[in-house]
Amino acid sequence: MELPDSRGHFGNFGGQFVPETLMPALEELTLAYDDAKNETVFQEELQYYLRDYVGRPTPLYFAERLTRHLGGAKVYLKREDLNHTGAHKINNTMGQIILARRMGKKRVVAETGAGQHGVATATAAAMFGLECAVYMGEEDIRRQELNVYRMRLLGATVVPVTSGSKTLKDAMNEAIRDWVTNVKNTYYLLGSVGGPHPYPMMVRDFQAVIGRETREQIFMAEGRLPRCLVACVGGGSNSMGLFYPFLDDAVELLGVEAAGRGLETGEHSATLNAGRAGVLHGALSYLLQDDHGQVLTAHSIAAGLDYPGVGPEHSYLKETGRAQYTTVTDQDALDAFQLLSRLEGIIPALESAHAVAAVLKMAPAMGKEDAIVVNLSGRGDKDVPAVARVLAQENGGVR
Amino acid sequence: MDINRVEARLRKLHENGEKGLFAFITAGDPDLETTFRLVLSMEKAGVDLVELGVPFSDPMADGPVIQRASLRSLAAGINLMRIMDLVRRLRSYTEIPLLLMTYYNPVLQYGLKRFAADAAEVGVDGVIVPDLPLEESASLLQELKEDEQHLIYLVAPTTTPERLEKISRAARGFIYCVSLTGVTGMREGISPDVKEFMQRVRRHCSLPLAVGFGISNPRQAALMAEGADAVIVGSALVSLVEQFQNQPEVIYERVPGLVKELKEAIS
Repeated sequence: MELPDSRGHFGNFGGQFVPETLMPALEELTLAYDDAKNETVFQEELQYYLRDYVGRPTPLYFAERLTRHLGGAKVYLKREDLNHTGAHKINNTMGQIILARRMGKKRVVAETGAGQHGVATATAAAMFGLECAVYMGEEDIRRQELNVYRMRLLGATVVPVTSGSKTLKDAMNEAIRDWVTNVKNTYYLLGSVGGPHPYPMMVRDFQAVIGRETREQIFMAEGRLPRCLVACVGGGSNSMGLFYPFLDDAVELLGVEAAGRGLETGEHSATLNAGRAGVLHGALSYLLQDDHGQVLTAHSIAAGLDYPGVGPEHSYLKETGRAQYTTVTDQDALDAFQLLSRLEGIIPALESAHAVAAVLKMAPAMGKEDAIVVNLSGRGDKDVPAVARVLAQENGGVR
Repeated sequence: MDINRVEARLRKLHENGEKGLFAFITAGDPDLETTFRLVLSMEKAGVDLVELGVPFSDPMADGPVIQRASLRSLAAGINLMRIMDLVRRLRSYTEIPLLLMTYYNPVLQYGLKRFAADAAEVGVDGVIVPDLPLEESASLLQELKEDEQHLIYLVAPTTTPERLEKISRAARGFIYCVSLTGVTGMREGISPDVKEFMQRVRRHCSLPLAVGFGISNPRQAALMAEGADAVIVGSALVSLVEQFQNQPEVIYERVPGLVKELKEAIS
């Protein structure tokens, strides 16, 4: 059965839990997307920009030295870090910005955590000449100063968010408040597979280009399907994009959540591992919350994973057992960040380093004939200053 | 039980040719005792219905004033269970219609069945859930005892005629008309489109209409009351609570004071 259903439900999850003011806008968006999706002109325009502007397809790279180092399964890296703007986020922003233009919107708003989605949105808005406001938590602005500067260079207004935990969750509240206020001329360009229907479906569809390419590329390289796909999960867009075209295949799907300082400390972002179903930002999904339904503050060294919710389709994949979800601590992600840099000459985003860290644990136990594809969802330049600070504190610098 | 208190009050207002004044305050801001005393003093000052706001960590439909009130209430350790106790206590003193205004997640975690049972037991007359549109409301509606607790639906200037029809068919008690596209909070003027909006709602809905969002002073209240059966004031009252949170005696004077002015303006 094709999911979600017409009201955006993936089993018990998903839906549209938003103020009435936004319901007509969501209906309009659902219709516009349904229309565009089946239209050759739209798809061709998107293909054109993905190829000539974003630089797709991205390579599927055999990480030979990492594979040898681990001594088990072959490790392939899906190089989303090589996209224009340095992460997978632009796959979605290109799709949505073309849609926004078709809908006649002159202004886009977005939320951002690590700043990758903000940069991707600012980039697409600059190219199409649309006004752009990006909401970003003050705490994230501090952690990701490079991306803040990039967004401003690209002509976007970066609005600091000082409410709540001053991270992605609060940036999303503010973006929604802006959208409620300016709904007539403003398009909300949501960056992950969360939020109200149709966003989880639409963002998944735009990100599914990752999985479709991977499928072709792994057949070329290995002549068969991989044993396992691995990707980090914050909101869950890069993982959903990789997993989706493989849902009906005999391929293991592993999502990697941020265990932060350790699940037992309560300072983590492991929504699917430690949360339970609840409603936040328009969807019913797993959620980090207290006994009274108040949303908890998440923590991760990776700003892009630092979110107490998760896309509803992931909740569905967990509940049905189709995908497994594991966790990786800040420390393990930092180690993977350095190891991949040393062994492969690739500095991964801290978010992606979580996926790499999971592979470091599982690959040695697997057979040499097995292949793992890990989504290298972004490059790590944005994280270098923060990592340098942490490593300087911990052990006097890079090991 | 007799007819729902909300309906009884709206009927009486209608018979007397009066407009209603509905007041919103965040429960437990800055503590439950303040809320308890404010409900009773606002009733004395002429309020027809009180909406008690249930605090939530992520109030996406609210502006800064109610966001901050929500945080103060959470900091005081307030939750839905304690608000149910507050209503139970209030019911020994007053028969004023009481609604809970809450985001969906606190209700969902409380348990829909338990929420409906407790609301009925303590004397809550209905619930307003700003992030629960018609399409998602079936599960909660199923649990509420329809004649005793209403689920109050909101309509907005963006609501299409088709949606107005659907919402009107499902609604009970009254329709909450959101006067503007935006979050809660005080505004300078009033939206020029509000008259046309209220007329449009009236064409599709036979229930009484209460209008809210952005109404903070007597002049605005009087203008808004023209097209409505009741006006709802929230942030302006909450803002007084915030301003004088360390001087409770000022709160108990200023909040009922504003209520009185508002009620006079719409009479």
